[in-house]
Amino acid sequence: MAKSNKPIIWGTFAAGGEIVSLVMPVIILLTLLAATGHVPTVFSYETMHAFAAGWFGKLVLFVILFLSLWSQAHRLRITCFDFGLRADTLVAIVMYVLAAAGSIATVVFLARI
Amino acid sequence: MGEKMSRRPYVREVPPTSWYFRMPRYMRYMAREVTSIFIGIYTALLLCGLANLSAGPEKWDSFIKSLQAPSSVIFHWLALAFALYNSFTWFNVAPKALPLQFGEELAPDSVVAGGHYVIWVLLSIFILFWAGVF
Amino acid sequence: MTENRMGARQVELEVLRYNPETDQEPKFQRYSVPCINEWCVLDALNYLKDNLDPTLAYRWSCHMQVCGSCGMMINGEPKLACKAMLRDYPGTIRIEPLAHFPIERDLVSVADDFIAKLKRVKPYIISDGKHTIEQGEYKQTPAQLKRYRQFAMCINCMLCYAACPEYGLQPKFIGPAAISLAHRYNLDSRDVGRDERQEEIATNEGVWECTFVGACSDVCPKHVDPAAALQQVKVASTVDWYLEHFMSWVKK
Repeated sequence: MAKSNKPIIWGTFAAGGEIVSLVMPVIILLTLLAATGHVPTVFSYETMHAFAAGWFGKLVLFVILFLSLWSQAHRLRITCFDFGLRADTLVAIVMYVLAAAGSIATVVFLARI
Repeated sequence: MGEKMSRRPYVREVPPTSWYFRMPRYMRYMAREVTSIFIGIYTALLLCGLANLSAGPEKWDSFIKSLQAPSSVIFHWLALAFALYNSFTWFNVAPKALPLQFGEELAPDSVVAGGHYVIWVLLSIFILFWAGVF
Repeated sequence: MTENRMGARQVELEVLRYNPETDQEPKFQRYSVPCINEWCVLDALNYLKDNLDPTLAYRWSCHMQVCGSCGMMINGEPKLACKAMLRDYPGTIRIEPLAHFPIERDLVSVADDFIAKLKRVKPYIISDGKHTIEQGEYKQTPAQLKRYRQFAMCINCMLCYAACPEYGLQPKFIGPAAISLAHRYNLDSRDVGRDERQEEIATNEGVWECTFVGACSDVCPKHVDPAAALQQVKVASTVDWYLEHFMSWVKK
């Protein structure tokens, strides 16, 4: 039996799991504050735009979005199987195409800023 | 040899769509996996925010406004709860994947797990400061 | 349940019976067994077989948590019958053969699949042949021993397979104990067999079938922590993969 190529995706899943676990709760808290009317100062257009315009801000946003997309896509694939959806190859293709599309969109949006 | 034993092993099928009801620990595992639905949708929301940011100030302001819809507020609370559950389960099992050996002794799990919690708290406070919440 | 001053107690057992010669499917049979409170479930079964129903089939050997033969589902949990103490089970005790394995007869499960997988992962030291017997013992430092010691405690009782839902759903999965033992030898300073074992365990049927439910480690009677072993194999296999595909000039 041949060695698996799953490490490609698992690598992003593990790295993504680490990053998402560390930063996602606080990011959700920030947008929750915005959602409840207490908009943090960082969410003014000028501040956010200036952050995303710099190379460091671009890098941070790309790393978080890219890893979260691939990490959730991989976990959703497994979740589908665990709930009894046995068309694993189809589910995998849909999830990974979504993650790839999201990654490309991230690069495009960041390049426009 | 005496008379032959007849072998007719009985196979019990695992129900593919309901197996996780059998044990509480399976339910906890499924809860952890389900976090990916909420964090996945939230990641799409962030991507949407980035799209609006790149589209100019009006679009960005209307995006921030749209977050205040009641459905968005409810979703945020759910996403926060699931994200926290995901983080805690991740930190708690991190030592299994990353065993540390100092000299002879393997570090207890609490070192790697505790390290994760400390970094998480410090990073979260830093980001809140940076975002101007305090 | 009745209890008297002698610490004796009438224990109600519900035992899953299956006779391949006469039964279409397994069914529960109830027994009322006079027990001492300090007994384990295996003692109750032994009393039952000796005094009440000699037709009951089950495996056991050492009665001291070493041989790994008496694994069974006790109130739905995979347990060694010799480690499950009656005092921890106040009500009726439901006993079934290990989940996820076919039933041979009564509480005896078919272990062929696990034994075959165990052989595949080569759970023994593969040496480079440089150290000869004349040189005496092959020494290891305490640090080298501690790297793998926990994973060497496995007694092949198969409780982790009965706990692992992924094995139940995908019986091709090599599974917790076999991969943990492969990892145990991979971590051994005297062993050079990792590449051979990776051919078996770094596959889709191997470690990549694991989704880290963690149930294996919860039920392990020897605290092997198979879930930890499998995650470590995943990390190492991922590093291997990236090295092989993107940095093939780096010598492993």
